[in-house]
Amino acid sequence: MKTNILEYLIDAAAVSPDKCAYFDEQISYTYKQMLDGAKAIGTKLINRLNVKCRPILIYMDKSPSVITAFWGCVFSRNFYVPLDTDMPDVRIRLIVENLKPAAVITNMAYYDRVRQFSNNVFVFEEMIETTVDEQLLAGRMTSSIDTDPVYVLYTSGSTGVPKGVVVSHRSLIDYVEQFCNEVGITEDDVIANQAPFYFDASLIDIYCTLRARGSMGIVPLEYFSIPLKLLEFLQKYNITTIRWVPSAMKMVSTFKGFKSIRPDKLAKIIFGAESMPTKVYNYWKENYPDAVFVQIYGPTEITGVCTYHIVDRDYSDEETIPIGKAFKNTEVFLLDDEDKLISRSDVVGEICVKGSCLALGYYNAKEKSDEVFVQNPLNPYYSEKIYRTGDLAKYNDRKELVFVSRKDFQIKHMGHRIELGEIETAVMALPGMKNACCVYDQDRQKIVLFYESDDYDDVSLIDALKNRLQRYMLPNVTKKTQDMPLLRSGKVDRVRLKEMI
Amino acid sequence: MEKIIEILKGIHPEVDYTTESGLIDKRIFDSFDVVTVVGELMDEFDIEITAEHMVPENFNSAAAICDLVKRLEEE
Repeated sequence: MKTNILEYLIDAAAVSPDKCAYFDEQISYTYKQMLDGAKAIGTKLINRLNVKCRPILIYMDKSPSVITAFWGCVFSRNFYVPLDTDMPDVRIRLIVENLKPAAVITNMAYYDRVRQFSNNVFVFEEMIETTVDEQLLAGRMTSSIDTDPVYVLYTSGSTGVPKGVVVSHRSLIDYVEQFCNEVGITEDDVIANQAPFYFDASLIDIYCTLRARGSMGIVPLEYFSIPLKLLEFLQKYNITTIRWVPSAMKMVSTFKGFKSIRPDKLAKIIFGAESMPTKVYNYWKENYPDAVFVQIYGPTEITGVCTYHIVDRDYSDEETIPIGKAFKNTEVFLLDDEDKLISRSDVVGEICVKGSCLALGYYNAKEKSDEVFVQNPLNPYYSEKIYRTGDLAKYNDRKELVFVSRKDFQIKHMGHRIELGEIETAVMALPGMKNACCVYDQDRQKIVLFYESDDYDDVSLIDALKNRLQRYMLPNVTKKTQDMPLLRSGKVDRVRLKEMI
Repeated sequence: MEKIIEILKGIHPEVDYTTESGLIDKRIFDSFDVVTVVGELMDEFDIEITAEHMVPENFNSAAAICDLVKRLEEE
């Protein structure tokens, strides 16, 4: 039994040392090179940082090198925390304050920027030159246990402070094993990575590739705006597998891209992180009638994926594709408002999850963790944690789970998980802002912000927000209003607002 | 042109579309924005925009988009 995720790397480098592991349009690393790089970084970290099980921020542009930085942290028995290099300073400070990282690894080009946030900055280009100390690394590896954290991924927080989800080796190993087995990722697979590394959607790409000893290519971000380039990439690198958000797949269907290029090796098409418009699915299915299509579902708090549905029948454009059933070694169930188990079809309840996939909680945020990582209300006899997702679902007649909606004000916008409260907090932090409330226009997929202020107009407001929010959180529509509709409690009446869209 | 600017403002209200000429090159619009704009253009003008049309030159400014729409409407 594996107890450290790096055992896969060591295996891969022993069995297939010269195989191309991770590549982009610029560089390509073999498994041996990935291992050597990770060991160099690990050696440097152990020599220079006398800590274990502490967070190390990774502030680097996406490339295969980033993955060696991740694994260097893990070799030193610390855990990595990837950050979006486009993140505004205000949000980085919130994360640094919460995380208090032991160090930051960055590219030379970002050194001065990163120094503003940490006194302990390592430059990747220098670290990678470190002479490997095998004995030192072996000592750390042997001491590690599978409940040590591997990574922390930050996700939107409703109070304005991002939440860092802490995931252990055990959860990640469980995820990789179950996923590769059920979906069948093999060494012949070449995965085209779309998701940023600071989202859990990239875990399949990075870790299923590693476990299967396959290959993973990073698609340049700008190709997702130019469908022909995107499809050329898939064709050129013989891509067999994609795990993309539906918004990215919509890029191809909107432009009827397969009329121009139909990459002929593509055989496994995996999607999740937001609901898949069945129309988009049907376009892909028509063009790839023999491919395996898999819808997956799961929040970051349970290591990214807990249910899957291998699409096995036709869906009309109006039907919803189910999120399916739980992976092996994971239990997914629905609880009603009184915490009673739901087993009948068509009754809506909250999705709850238990198993080794459960994260260790939110970093340095016990109260927030305790709200959602709770004792199983169905089990008063021994300690058994479940995660309450806040997602609502029901069973269809085939006993498959079907996603319905959210319990709260979390939205999925273009594949990103966003708390509307985080946007509102950022707006209210602007001087001279009197009131603000966000609603999501699901049909048109737009974040709509209503605000009351004498100091801002639509243009200056968005400009000010750019310093506080990541671009995918910026409202698409802003509506200045003189009198915000209120409930008796004094809170903004969101139902009325939705009618005003 | 007015209708096109209205659609663009529905994605990024803060941009001055009368002068901006780097919507794609400067990554003011990301791929998801582009998909949304194209979807709305196709509905509004009853045209078909295909992968061949999706090159930065056709989407870098409101004027370029306007030209593209006019070309496609005439086809």
